Amino acid sequence: MSVLVYTESENGAFKKNAFEVASYANAVASQMGTAATAVSFNCSEAESLGAYGITKVLNIADEKLKTFSAKAYAHALVEAAKSEDATVIIVSSSTDSKFLAPILTAKLKAGYVPNVVAAPESTSPFVVKRTAFSNKGFGQTQINTDVKIIGVSNNSFGAHENNTTATIENFSPTLSEADYNVKSIEIDKAVGKVTIADADIVVSGGRGLKGPENWGMIEELAEVLGAATACSKPVSDMGWRPHGEHVGQTGKPVASNLYIAIGISGAIQHLAGVSASKVKVVINTDEEAPFFKAADYGIVGDAFEVVPQLVQKLKEFKAQNA
Amino acid sequence: MKILVCISNVPDTTSKINFTENDTKFDTNGVQFVINPNDEFGLTRAMWFKEKQQAIVHVATVGDASVEPTMRKALAIGADEAIRINAIPTDGYYVARQLAEVAKNGGYDLVIGGRESIDYNGGMVPGIMSSLLDMNFVNACINLEIEGNNVTAIREIDGGKEKLSTTLPLVVGGQKGLVAESDLRIPNMRGIMLARKKTLSVVDPVEANMATEDIKFEKPAPKGAVKLVDNVDDLVNLLHNEAKVI
Ligand SMILES: Cc1cc2nc3c(=O)[nH]c(=O)nc-3n(C[C@H](O)[C@H](O)[C@H](O)COP(=O)(O)OP(=O)(O)OC[C@H]3O[C@@H](n4cnc5c(N)ncnc54)[C@H](O)[C@@H]3O)c2cc1C
Ligand SMILES: Nc1ncnc2c1ncn2[C@@H]1O[C@H](COP(=O)(O)O)[C@@H](O)[C@H]1O
Repeated sequence: MSVLVYTESENGAFKKNAFEVASYANAVASQMGTAATAVSFNCSEAESLGAYGITKVLNIADEKLKTFSAKAYAHALVEAAKSEDATVIIVSSSTDSKFLAPILTAKLKAGYVPNVVAAPESTSPFVVKRTAFSNKGFGQTQINTDVKIIGVSNNSFGAHENNTTATIENFSPTLSEADYNVKSIEIDKAVGKVTIADADIVVSGGRGLKGPENWGMIEELAEVLGAATACSKPVSDMGWRPHGEHVGQTGKPVASNLYIAIGISGAIQHLAGVSASKVKVVINTDEEAPFFKAADYGIVGDAFEVVPQLVQKLKEFKAQNA
Repeated sequence: MKILVCISNVPDTTSKINFTENDTKFDTNGVQFVINPNDEFGLTRAMWFKEKQQAIVHVATVGDASVEPTMRKALAIGADEAIRINAIPTDGYYVARQLAEVAKNGGYDLVIGGRESIDYNGGMVPGIMSSLLDMNFVNACINLEIEGNNVTAIREIDGGKEKLSTTLPLVVGGQKGLVAESDLRIPNMRGIMLARKKTLSVVDPVEANMATEDIKFEKPAPKGAVKLVDNVDDLVNLLHNEAKVI
C-alpha cells in the first residue's frame, strides 16, 4: 500500500501544480500511515520534491517521452503504480492530467474523482470533497474500488512545505509502439506567458471593452501584475481574443487568487467558471451588473478611465515595494 | 465512416442548482435539460462529416426515459439513429462501460463525446471508453479533420494548443472549436418532424460496478457583500493589506 503522485514538469523543471499535488499526496499518505512516491518524466530537479514531504521519486528519463503523450504517460504510471503497490494515485487538474487520468482509470479499474478541493474526509471508506455543477455546488464522493485516483483542483489544497529528503530512482517502463499512436506534430504555445491554469492573478475583459483594439490596457494591467489574460465567451466568439482565453462554464475554469473582471456583466455561465477564484474584483459602469453580487471588491466606473489609473497606481506600488 | 456521438443530458447552463432528499440528490424540479454544450459541438462536427463525407451518425445516451426529449433534439439536428441505454448514469466508469458496449457492437470508426459534462464535471467517460475499446484518444479536442483513416486533430493545452496526428478508430473528448459557436444548429420544423420517425432504440445495460458514489452535496457558502471603492488608490490598498493578494 502506498500513494503515488504524478508530478508534471516542462523542460526539466517542475510546474507549479507539481508541488501542490506532492503536498496533497504527502497529506493522504500520512492519513493512511504510508509514504508517497512521485513519478516524474525527464525531470532534472526531482530532489526538490523532498521539500514537500516526498521521500522517493521515480524519474523516467526517456527521449521518447520528451513531449507529453497521454497514453504512453498513462501506461508508464500504471507500471509505476504496480511496482509501488499504489492504492491511491494523485494527479493535477491540468489539461495533460485530465487527458491521461481516464486512461489510467480504465487500466487500473480504479474509481477516479476529479476537481477535489481538500484532503480526504476519511480514508476508510474513502471519501473526498470536490466541486460539481461547475462550481455551483460541492459533492462528497465515496470511492469504492481498490485503487483510487484523485484529481486535485488547481490552487485549492495549496503547496505545503514539509522538509524531508527524496531519494531518486531511475524508472524504465516497458512501453510499446502502440502507446505512441497519437503523435504530437506541433505545439503552439506562447513562451514566457503565464497561463490561466497556473496564474495567481487573472485579468479578464468582456464585451464592455468594445473591441479588440482596446486590449492594450488589459495586457498592460496583466503585465504589471504578472497575471494571465482571459475573456468572456462573446469576446472569443467574435474573434477579439483567442479561444484559449475564454473562461467560464463552457470555457476554461479559473481558480486564481485574484480575478479582475473588466467590462464583464457576470452572467451565470461566466460566474460558474470563475467562482473558484479566491478574491474577485469587478470594474463595470453599471452598478446593477450581476457580477457585483459575486465580487469582493468593485469600482463602478468606466474601464477606459479606471484601468489606466490602476496600471499607473500599481506601477508606483511595485516601485515602492520592490 | 460510422460515428457515435455520446450525448449527456444536463441542466441548462442558466439553472439554479439545488439539492434534495437530505442533500443527497440533485433537485431536478423546474430544471430544463439540454444536450451537454461540449457534446453539441461534437454533434455539429459529426453533421459536417455526414454532409461532406457521407458519414452515418448515431447518438447514444445512458439514462432513463426522461432523457428522450434531449435525444429527439439530437435526431432533429440530424443524427440518423439514437440508442438509449436504460440505466441511471451515476458513475463515470459505469457510463463508459455501457457506452463502450454499444460502440463495440455498432462497429463505429469514430466516437465523439465531450471534454466534460457540465453537471458532474467528471471529464472521464470518453477517455475510459477509449481504453476499454482500445481506440486512440484525443481529449479537449478543438479541431478534427479526417481523410480516409488518417486523423489530424488539435487539442487545447494549458497556454496554447497542440496539433496531433493519429488514425481511426478514435475516441474524441470535444468542446467549442470542433465547430464555431455560430455553426450550432437550432432544429427546424422539418428536422423535428423527421426526428419523430427515426429509430430510438432502448437497450438494457450490461453488468458493471459502480466505482464511485456521491453521498452528499452542498452549496457554496453565501458570499458577503461587495466592497465598493471609488478610486484605484483604495483598491490597491485593500488588495494589498486586506485581501493580501498583491
Ligand atoms: C450554453 C451557454 C454557455 C455559455 N458559457 C459561457 C462561458 O463559459 N463564459 C462566458 O463568459 N459566457 C458564457 N455564456 C454567455 C453568457 O451568457 C453571457 O452572454 C456572457 O458572459 C456575457 O459576456 P460579457 O459580460 O462580456 O458581455 P455583456 O453581458 O454584454 O456585458 C458587458 C458589460 O460591460 C459593461 N460595460 C460597458 N461599457 C463599459 C465600460 N466602458 N467600462 C466598464 N464596463 C463597461 C456593461 O455594463 C456590461 O455589464 C454562455 C451562454 C450560453 C447560452
Ligand atoms: N449518461 C451519459 N450518456 C451518454 N454520454 C455521456 C453520459 N455521461 C457522459 N457522457 C459523455 O461523456 C462526456 C464526458 O462526460 P463526463 O465524464 O461525465 O464529464 C460527455 O460530454 C458525454 O459525451
